[in-house]
Amino acid sequence: MVEEESVRVVRCGGSELNFRRAVFSADSKYIFCVSGDFVKVHSTATEECVHILQGHRNLVTGIQLNPNNHLQLYSCSFDGTIKLWDYIDGILIKTFIVGHKLHAIFTLACAEDSVFVIINKEKPDVFQLVSVKLPKSSSQEIEAKELSFVLDYINQSPKCIAFGNEGEYVAAVRDFYLSVYFFKKKTTSRFTLSSSKNKKHAKNNFTCVACHPKEDCIATGHKDGKIRLWRNFDDDKKYTYTCLHWHHDMVMDLAFSVTGTSLLSGGRESVLVEWRDATEKNKEFLPRLGATIEHISVSPAGDLFCTSHSDNKIIIIHRNLEASAVIQGLVKDSSISTGLMIDPRTKALVLNGKPGHLQFYSLQHDKQLYNLDIIQQEYINDYGLIQIELTKAAFGCYGNWLATVEKRQEKETELDLQMKLWMYNKKTQGFVLNTKINMPHEDHITAVCFCNAEKFENPTLVTASKDGHFKVWILTDDSDIYKKAVGWTCDFVGSYHKYQATNCCFSEDGSLLAVSFEEIVTIWDSETWELKCTFCQRAGNIRHLCFGRLTCSKYLLGATENGILCCWNLLSCALEWSAKLNIRVMEPDPHSENIAAISQSSVGSDLFVFKPSEPRPLYIQKNISREEVQWGVFVLRDVPESFTSEAYQWLNRSQFYFLTKSQSLLTFSTKSPEEKLTPTSKQLLAEESLPTTPFYFILGKHREQQDEKINEALESERVQLPLTENIPAISELLHTPAHVLPSASFLCSKFVNSLLLSKETKRNS
Amino acid sequence: MAGYKPAAIQTYPVLGEKITQDTLYWNNYKTPVQIKEFGAVSKVDFSPQPPYNYAVTASSRIHIYGRYSQEPIKTFSRFKDTAYCATFRQDGRLLVAGSEDGGVQLFDISGRAPLRQFEGHTKAVHTVDFTADKYHVVSGADDYTVKLWDIPNSKEILTFKEHSDYVRCGCASKLNPDLFVTGSYDHTVKMFDTRTNKSVISVEHGQPVESVLLFPSGGLLASAGGRYVKIWDMLKGGQLLVSLKNHHKTVTCLYLSSSGQRLLSGSLDRKVKVYSTTSYKVVHSFDYAASILSLALAHEDETIVVGMTNGILSVKHRKSEAKKDSLPRRRRPAYRTFIKGKNYMKQRDDILINRPSKKHLELYDRDLKNFRISKALDRVLEPSCTVKTPEITVSIIKELNRRGVLANALAGRDEKEISRVLNFLIRNLSQPRFAPVLINAAEIIIDIYLPVIGQSPVVDKKFLLLQGLVEKEIDYQRELLETLGMMDMLFATMTRKESTSVLQHTSDGFLENKKVES
Repeated sequence: MVEEESVRVVRCGGSELNFRRAVFSADSKYIFCVSGDFVKVHSTATEECVHILQGHRNLVTGIQLNPNNHLQLYSCSFDGTIKLWDYIDGILIKTFIVGHKLHAIFTLACAEDSVFVIINKEKPDVFQLVSVKLPKSSSQEIEAKELSFVLDYINQSPKCIAFGNEGEYVAAVRDFYLSVYFFKKKTTSRFTLSSSKNKKHAKNNFTCVACHPKEDCIATGHKDGKIRLWRNFDDDKKYTYTCLHWHHDMVMDLAFSVTGTSLLSGGRESVLVEWRDATEKNKEFLPRLGATIEHISVSPAGDLFCTSHSDNKIIIIHRNLEASAVIQGLVKDSSISTGLMIDPRTKALVLNGKPGHLQFYSLQHDKQLYNLDIIQQEYINDYGLIQIELTKAAFGCYGNWLATVEKRQEKETELDLQMKLWMYNKKTQGFVLNTKINMPHEDHITAVCFCNAEKFENPTLVTASKDGHFKVWILTDDSDIYKKAVGWTCDFVGSYHKYQATNCCFSEDGSLLAVSFEEIVTIWDSETWELKCTFCQRAGNIRHLCFGRLTCSKYLLGATENGILCCWNLLSCALEWSAKLNIRVMEPDPHSENIAAISQSSVGSDLFVFKPSEPRPLYIQKNISREEVQWGVFVLRDVPESFTSEAYQWLNRSQFYFLTKSQSLLTFSTKSPEEKLTPTSKQLLAEESLPTTPFYFILGKHREQQDEKINEALESERVQLPLTENIPAISELLHTPAHVLPSASFLCSKFVNSLLLSKETKRNS
Repeated sequence: MAGYKPAAIQTYPVLGEKITQDTLYWNNYKTPVQIKEFGAVSKVDFSPQPPYNYAVTASSRIHIYGRYSQEPIKTFSRFKDTAYCATFRQDGRLLVAGSEDGGVQLFDISGRAPLRQFEGHTKAVHTVDFTADKYHVVSGADDYTVKLWDIPNSKEILTFKEHSDYVRCGCASKLNPDLFVTGSYDHTVKMFDTRTNKSVISVEHGQPVESVLLFPSGGLLASAGGRYVKIWDMLKGGQLLVSLKNHHKTVTCLYLSSSGQRLLSGSLDRKVKVYSTTSYKVVHSFDYAASILSLALAHEDETIVVGMTNGILSVKHRKSEAKKDSLPRRRRPAYRTFIKGKNYMKQRDDILINRPSKKHLELYDRDLKNFRISKALDRVLEPSCTVKTPEITVSIIKELNRRGVLANALAGRDEKEISRVLNFLIRNLSQPRFAPVLINAAEIIIDIYLPVIGQSPVVDKKFLLLQGLVEKEIDYQRELLETLGMMDMLFATMTRKESTSVLQHTSDGFLENKKVES
């Protein structure tokens, strides 16, 4: 038993992939993207994460290929270092310590020993582009303090800086200015859009800039959706620009293709536009990319593009505008209203994904498994449009059923609710819509829960709503002689003095249903739907409600808005104990008696783990997060940990994940979860030359196992089977074309003989 | 990336009878032709051979009708008393009938006088049938006996005296010339084999048996008596397979549809029920004016003939389907066009390029896809769409609202177009399932066209109509709420337990509707 480490809060994956532009390798085989403190290397063909380059101690803010050696990669970070990586092997080669907070990095082929970085020196919002000389030295860590100033008063985003025409000039935009600095002349020209001065509400702020790789041409994107192409800008008087207008909202990013013949642009419309020959007529579209395009990048070979989207996704697009691969991280675009759930089948974390979807996210691999389209309607991405929201979801019957609730509310009185029930189809390995219920309640649904007890053969679902009712839905047989079908119907409607129903939950064995109506908790018999008893503490509305598990199943816990945690004994129908605790999240561990509660105070959030049977907590961790924690969930571990100390025993079988208001997914662990995150990458490394497909993985593993088996067999039986590949008769039979083979009868005896063990081999062995 | 997702069309549960293949099939008949007979129609039998004439036994006459004739083409009326059970031979050339006086008469279809007369029964003969070899006749009578007659020399061959009550129904096997089944008022159905002189299988129906029917394969037997229809498995020695109780009164007749997939039963409760012979569930039922005594289907179910106690014969002909493809079909590409290149094996260096299958989109979806919103709305406001499928129109209005462009789509319409929209609103506004969407649309229209009101008398009239409709609806709602209040009071007096489970629907959405001022 190793010495116990202290448990601490760690981030677990799900970092933003769309923070900066992705970068392609020179041969377009790999794509690099920043991901929190790491740089991820993905294969462009299989979308698989090949390496995670870890070493930075803060957010990575920029990556660029080394122009002198295309097998190396520069990265810069807020921790003030520039690191040089060998991405094929995932090795850190060198670290240059600059000392300032670095916001972006640029490299130029002509400037061999220096790179350009964006830093802010004095004021917090004044940024400078400086060139950093990288000293040549054999040591691992080198100080690079030799900075030379290039441009001042620039935007911190790397989208607003572009180097043009093989490094002859650099263009930077901010607000209403375009500044161009010529390296040879060492002069800066500044261009201002005329209309910006005259019109008050003209929204032609610059948003991004791109430079033509061959010619003297700068493309700028604007807030009003226009793209301007600037030429002759080396002359302050004679400069010209032309306008391209298709976007109706802000142009988020621009990129020229490698040859410069076409210009790519994207924005909130989530349509990638390719402008050919820089003319307004000649344009191609790739529509319905799912979310706002944040960044566009082009591979050096010119065969691939990629777009980074606001829903934490990178789409790799072929030259002919066909999407070929999607690298999807944890979607953090929308607010999480469904909470965190665990899919019982895949053990994936399930929560709101991109608009109208549920995402299934694998915690082990930090990878999205798939998206389930719940709303199934065309997504119109427009500012200020009221969208259909997915508000509730629940799994039932070991993942066989999924219930989802969606709503759209335009005005106070116009509420549109829809409940959908999805059945898991084993054949297609996915959820199929079974029943759609329009307006299941007349007001917002506050809670949805399935009865997951084993003794219930008939799946049962309960919904609680603000309209004062809770409804019990059961699965009924809907088949006739033409088809077999099942459907959900309402079985029972219950209410309690027209109070709003706020929470509902089933006891572990499914015999009792607890529904909270504002301040009052009611207990119903699930067989007859009779009201059994009520509990009322007059301590504010009930915010959370849950039954104890296993040995503590006689307890019911309720957390109120006034900061009281109550525990009732169901046998005596009396309050067992109560505690003053302002609980935000209360989550029972499905595999033990433990219950985790996260309380909120002005300083931060604290975690309490306790058993309902005793009011003394098992474990307390103060200040787990500075922000408000919104959701939490227990996940069963694949491999149980073995903490001996009593305080950590609740982590032995389960792991607790929680989500904060800024949507970072955190957990408790002794080590960084990313250390465990590289299960496939090592295998990939060994056989780089082979195409790595999922099929190859399966087959490869299978082969390995077979080899092992064969080895075992050899040792135990001491009989050496001849390797089939080495027998000439067999290879002759298998490799000769069929039309020149002699007849089968002729070959048969030879073939069978070759398979027999000769006496000599036996003697040898 | 992901393709265009078509607009979601709201589906509403169809009220009333479920539409199934069976209801479509059995409703596809013309309105019945009624023919008045002289007495209760006790038997209808179709000739198995073209032109599929049918014999109708009523009172002391047997009428032969052609398929589409309303007048009998031939009449056999030489019966002293009531005739029973006129049945065609398999070749359609001979007809046999029993009578009240105990005689069995055999007629040639072309002749008028009986060819043979079989004398031997002492009481009324209610059932006669030809055996499968065509040369024998089986008859069952009220003297409890079943007799087998030889046609060529009009001799009685065998007599079975196993029944202990009137024998009222019988049926000869279509496959085996030696087998036949009779049902009697002694509650039994017996299967006789002429080679053994006695019954081989006897089953207990439980009620006086009114009708028996052997399935074409001979393996299953259906018997009707009392309110029950029972199916027996004869190959298992007469085991009861299923017992059906779907009628309110005595079931009098059974018939099998030409495909053998559906069993029909007629009853004194004036209903004909259609059962599936695989699941024995009722899949359809017909209503008639009087109690049904007899029932027959023509070849390929072309005609349904039902005889009733009031002497009315109801004849229903199937609607002809030839009309549908009267238009010459456009020549489609040959089969080989579709399989071209399909069996090409991929070689080593080939790269397979899959063309994505083209998804069919409705016209309004195509407009929506290209953001032609006004055009999409125009399309669903066509009379053909608004009348037949108002839910599509409402769904598109809802979709436009979701996209936030409903006001744009409704704006800028001339008198004719706006009156079309208003017509739709007037027709559907009061329907509760459409109301939330349409009230919103009505409000937008009023907001848009308020400045130009009074310029067109046509549109003004429509607005007034809409106003009246809304006022009427508000009155209805108020009355409904009053009723609900009264009912609540009634429920409150009932037990506590039931009052918790009362489902209340107060849809007072209409009350918030804006008044139409014009």
